[in-house]
Amino acid sequence: MSDTQQGNTPEGDDLPQPEVRRSKMGVSLIWLVPIIAALVGISLLVNHYISAGPQIEVTFQTGEGIEIGKTQVKYKNVVIGKVTSMRLSKDRTHVRVVIDLEKNASEFATKGTRYWVVRPRIGAGGVSGFDTLLSGAFIGADTGTSEEDQSDFTGLETPPAVTHGAPGRRFELHTGDLGSLDIGSPVYFRRIQVGRIVSYELDKDGKGVSLQLFVDGPNDRFVTKDSRFWNASGVDVSLGADGLKLNTQSLATVVAGGVAFSDPLGPHDESPAPEMSSYTLFGDQATALAPPDGNPRYMRMRFEHSLRGLNVDAPVELLGVKVGKVVSVNLDYDPEKHSFPVVVGVLVYPQRLGKAHDKLAQVLGGDPETLFPRIMKGLVDHGLRAQARTGNLLTGQLYIAMDVDPKAAKVEFNPNGKPLEVPTVPGDFDHLQEQLSGIVDKISKIPFDSIGKNLDGSLHELHGTLHQVNTELMPEAKKTLQGVNRTVGTANDALSENSPLQQNIANTLEELQRTVRSVRAFTDYLGRHPEALLRGRGADAPPPATAPSSPKQGKEGQP
Amino acid sequence: MTDLPRAQDLGMMGCHVCRLITAYTEDPHARCPRCHNPLHPRKAGSITRAWAFLISAAIFYVPANLFPIMRTQSLLSKDDNTILSGVFELWRNGSPDLAIIVFTASIVVPVLKFCIMGFLLTSVQRASDYGPRQRAKLYRFVELVGYWSMLDVFVVAILSALVHFKVLSRVEPLPGVIYFGIVVVLTMLAAMSFDPRLIWDKRKAR
Ligand SMILES: [Zn+2]
Repeated sequence: MSDTQQGNTPEGDDLPQPEVRRSKMGVSLIWLVPIIAALVGISLLVNHYISAGPQIEVTFQTGEGIEIGKTQVKYKNVVIGKVTSMRLSKDRTHVRVVIDLEKNASEFATKGTRYWVVRPRIGAGGVSGFDTLLSGAFIGADTGTSEEDQSDFTGLETPPAVTHGAPGRRFELHTGDLGSLDIGSPVYFRRIQVGRIVSYELDKDGKGVSLQLFVDGPNDRFVTKDSRFWNASGVDVSLGADGLKLNTQSLATVVAGGVAFSDPLGPHDESPAPEMSSYTLFGDQATALAPPDGNPRYMRMRFEHSLRGLNVDAPVELLGVKVGKVVSVNLDYDPEKHSFPVVVGVLVYPQRLGKAHDKLAQVLGGDPETLFPRIMKGLVDHGLRAQARTGNLLTGQLYIAMDVDPKAAKVEFNPNGKPLEVPTVPGDFDHLQEQLSGIVDKISKIPFDSIGKNLDGSLHELHGTLHQVNTELMPEAKKTLQGVNRTVGTANDALSENSPLQQNIANTLEELQRTVRSVRAFTDYLGRHPEALLRGRGADAPPPATAPSSPKQGKEGQP
Repeated sequence: MTDLPRAQDLGMMGCHVCRLITAYTEDPHARCPRCHNPLHPRKAGSITRAWAFLISAAIFYVPANLFPIMRTQSLLSKDDNTILSGVFELWRNGSPDLAIIVFTASIVVPVLKFCIMGFLLTSVQRASDYGPRQRAKLYRFVELVGYWSMLDVFVVAILSALVHFKVLSRVEPLPGVIYFGIVVVLTMLAAMSFDPRLIWDKRKAR
């Protein structure tokens, strides 16, 4: 290249002259490119700054399942932020998770917002957060009501049972112990789940548990002021004096536990209960729906005989109405009689007498405190006695029955006694024993020995008779039968097709046939030649003259 | 070697389009008498242009690295990867060879181009005497390597086209890849605007 250039050097003057056109302006537009680039860059920066939402910090017990830069924060399954960093708290008991919320989710950085980690949880109530099995854990969020800004949150360890703004109402239950209930345990109304337990805590005095439950709208209107709540947990199997009872709310409650509620039967206040109304949680449905019992009264009974089968909680019935239950069964010692009477303590709910109680109260009047002892005194004077009766023959369970026996011997009753002592009579079990012993006596009087002897003699006779039949009668009978058999055989032979008798008969019949034919021929002959009788048989006539012809011709010959 | 004469020294210059050799003129408005293409002894405003493109490229290089360039979505996870995090991911997932290739193509080469172009431009502006042959080689290297810088964009484009099983897995391009493409194009433009003859033009300043 350089060679040609060098070669051309001398002829430089002969080169064509470039044209010159003055048309272009000399401003370099190229700088627009970096300016635009800068503008784009700046706008990106500004955009990023503007779209960045607030940053918050949430503390959790554990960072399990949380991944920096990946774990999302979701509200109603919409992503509202992302975990950007995670570190241990200074005292190393917690994990501090830094979350960058999106711009439009700034209302989640306010007081009252709740955060929790949604991981797959397998509980008695089923599997929750199933989708997280595949996608990994995420952080759930729920808004609060407050407008006040907050950037530091304490995360919940379990997902909240109720999300903010969900229709429904909260109620409070009081119970002795939690049983198998837990947060999230279902609340049933007519066996349909209408709510769940949202929290529980020990009462301040430690003597009970307060539960909070949430009933979803619109079913919360079924919780009335008179509603009764009972523990529907597990299978309620009770083997009592009134037999075997099995009751369960639903299969789920057997595993997970639950609470059911219902209105009591009969007239009651049907107005919906206000929020946070307080109720008692009964142990079972029967107790819950029973009419209110009022104050129980303690009474005592002494039985002089064994009370095997009488358990604590056995029913106490007055004239067949269940009015209370047994609370204690204890042995006592009577030094005079050297006996061990059984002392039974019972609780009686006077209000379960219902109208009877009200009317007695009216009649007797006076101080309501001493009303019950006075009622009892009146009843005892009229012959009220307690008795341990068998409620269930199968299990031998006993219950206490108080019945009026007008013929009962008079007994002193102290209405001021503490506790009241109800006179007793031996239970019907003792009667049963008496009856049984009577039956045993009667049975023992039956002369089994002589019956046996007589029966034995009769059997002997029968045996002899049968022997006779076998040895004497049977061979004779056998011979007879053989004779009969032979006879029948002979008859058979005689009648069989090839027997001589049959042959003879056949020959005879043939002979007879021939005879008959001869007779007919003879009579025919006589018919034609009657003179033969007189002249004897003439010479034979010549055979007929008709020419023999084929059957064909014969046929054709006939028209 | 530097003693060899240039066309300018011989009072000549050439048309870039039809290769007609004309008499030398400094006039910036001169045109080729044959094809009417603007004539100039060196590419007009080559340094300015190269600088402008280079600066623009540098500006876009920031978002190209900050924004995720692709989203890989599978049944189990969803990942947004920037160039660097993609390289880390590849390295961690046991393909260090691929990680090195991507890292070289996406990080090393662009940075190298910025440095080389910057060095060439400053050296020419200062009319440096230093190793013109080496600098010419560097320039050829930049030009050559320019096309290969699009590797990332190609990877994303090919993956998004190929991996498309809807639910099971999917690769989507994200805005970062656009900026990355712009960077590559701008660096190529910068390299093209640069007139390597300027490397040999130091005599002018003397
Ligand atoms: Zn030309």
